[in-house]
Amino acid sequence: MDVWLIAGILFKILVVVGISQGAVAYLILVERKIAAYAQDRIGPNRCGREVRLPFGLLQPIADGAKMLLKEDVIPSYVNKPLYILAPAIAIIAATIGFAVVPFGPVGPSAPTALGAPFQFQIAPGVDVGIVYVFAVGSLGVYAVVLAGWASNNKYAFLGGLRSSAQLISYEVPLGLSILGMVLIARSLDLNKIIEWQDRNVWGIFIQPIGFLLFLISSFAETNRLPFDLPESEQELVGGFHTEYSAMKFGMFFLGEYLNIITTSYLVVILFLGGWDLPFLNAGQTGWLPAFLKAFVLLGKVGAIVVFIMWVRWTLPRFRYDQLMDLAWKTMIPLAILNLVATAIVVQYAWGH
Amino acid sequence: MRPDDPSLKRLTPPKLTMLEKTYVPQILTGLGVTYKHIRGVMFHNKDITVQYPEDQHVPTANYRGVHRLNKDEDGHIKCVACMLCATACPVHCIDIVGASAPEGWGEREKYPESFVIDELRCIFCGMCEEACPVDAIELTKLYDITGLSREEMIFDKTKLLSVFDMTKDAEPMKTGNPPESVLPQVTEALPVIHPGPAANPERPRRAEATAPALGRGH
Repeated sequence: MDVWLIAGILFKILVVVGISQGAVAYLILVERKIAAYAQDRIGPNRCGREVRLPFGLLQPIADGAKMLLKEDVIPSYVNKPLYILAPAIAIIAATIGFAVVPFGPVGPSAPTALGAPFQFQIAPGVDVGIVYVFAVGSLGVYAVVLAGWASNNKYAFLGGLRSSAQLISYEVPLGLSILGMVLIARSLDLNKIIEWQDRNVWGIFIQPIGFLLFLISSFAETNRLPFDLPESEQELVGGFHTEYSAMKFGMFFLGEYLNIITTSYLVVILFLGGWDLPFLNAGQTGWLPAFLKAFVLLGKVGAIVVFIMWVRWTLPRFRYDQLMDLAWKTMIPLAILNLVATAIVVQYAWGH
Repeated sequence: MRPDDPSLKRLTPPKLTMLEKTYVPQILTGLGVTYKHIRGVMFHNKDITVQYPEDQHVPTANYRGVHRLNKDEDGHIKCVACMLCATACPVHCIDIVGASAPEGWGEREKYPESFVIDELRCIFCGMCEEACPVDAIELTKLYDITGLSREEMIFDKTKLLSVFDMTKDAEPMKTGNPPESVLPQVTEALPVIHPGPAANPERPRRAEATAPALGRGH
């Protein structure tokens, strides 16, 4: 029994890591395509033409091969251990955060396999699910800071410095914005939050401010435009990854996109009902509804990812003081207000 | 102008309303703008990209590309080796060695024994074309020249004359082309100039494909 449990978990890890890394490769293609469309261009469309695949569908393979085969330069002036450690942290922090994210039905509605329920989550039943995600997610800042420090380069250092200030500032509204949802669902477990939304309404309707704050802070946490100050190609020639080449650079990319996927999952799970649609509910068990739920969740996540890329081509980068103003003077007070109001309503008006 | 000058017009930025101060309407408008572009390319083919090797960019009529040396009615080189182009050239990329014209070349005194243009040095300003008193040197619309070495990009008289044979149908001389009968047809492709479609026999040659769009000298 235990052997099967471990085998099941290993299988899930294999599938999830494989799919998410493959997805990252294709997300880069999607990003390039959307970037091109927003600028009235076509984007990559040559790779795969020989085998009659449209839209440059083999481009990710070419990109990956390029990343792996290029010369991996380690400059002589860097702090070597930290320089090598930084991209590893980026990718590890982004990957293990996914352990508690449910990518399908978990709990009573999970389908059964070999006499045991098959949970669509690598580590099911973690009570502090969301806290774990944030804890691991904030480890990602070490990747940027260490990369900036170890590179021994002014641009990289400035990028790392900005990143540490930015990520620390936006952790606060990020954490505060979900507390309203946690109070309402009365659980930190992501599955219980989905089930509450399935029984009642989606989080976006009951916590619109929380949703907005969470979305904005997750943009900042993933270093996406308009919050990409750590990278700022125009001012910092790439910021913290200036000195990185080949697959080490690719690992930062991989980490960034894995972060986007994890964050998008969180947005969907916390505020867009997870796998919930009007005809899907927790009562349905079996494999077919389970896969349907997983695909609905995936579809919503895809929509959020595309939205993140869409925003990238709409909003210009913040100035540094505006960035800090937004976090400390607007978002944190709003988040606290939202939290207090929610707490009062939950405690007195709903009379739990 | 002094700060209290009465003719100074002072503008104050418009006051933002409460809603505008949240920047939400502006962000939504911006998203709308990018959405329009994305939709335009995805569904209405509004992209401005030219798929280069397949579709050739057609330059405007005054485009200045590779040089050519024109031929006269007898099929001889038109140039009289007066050195005006070489003098006018701001980067000194033209090198001419003049010699007495051979017997039977009409009233010509001189002709260029050698006429060499360094296409890598040339800035394609068109001064040589302006300076030429006999319309012997002209700039064509060929823009896609490649070479594997610097030596290959130094065009001699033969090469420049063959550019004329290559482009004379698409771009007639300013004074009108000499009659077809006197000019030998050049059939083999040039080693250095690679117009994309010419490499592919299925597609029409570039000169033919772009012929209607050209109209210089009519």
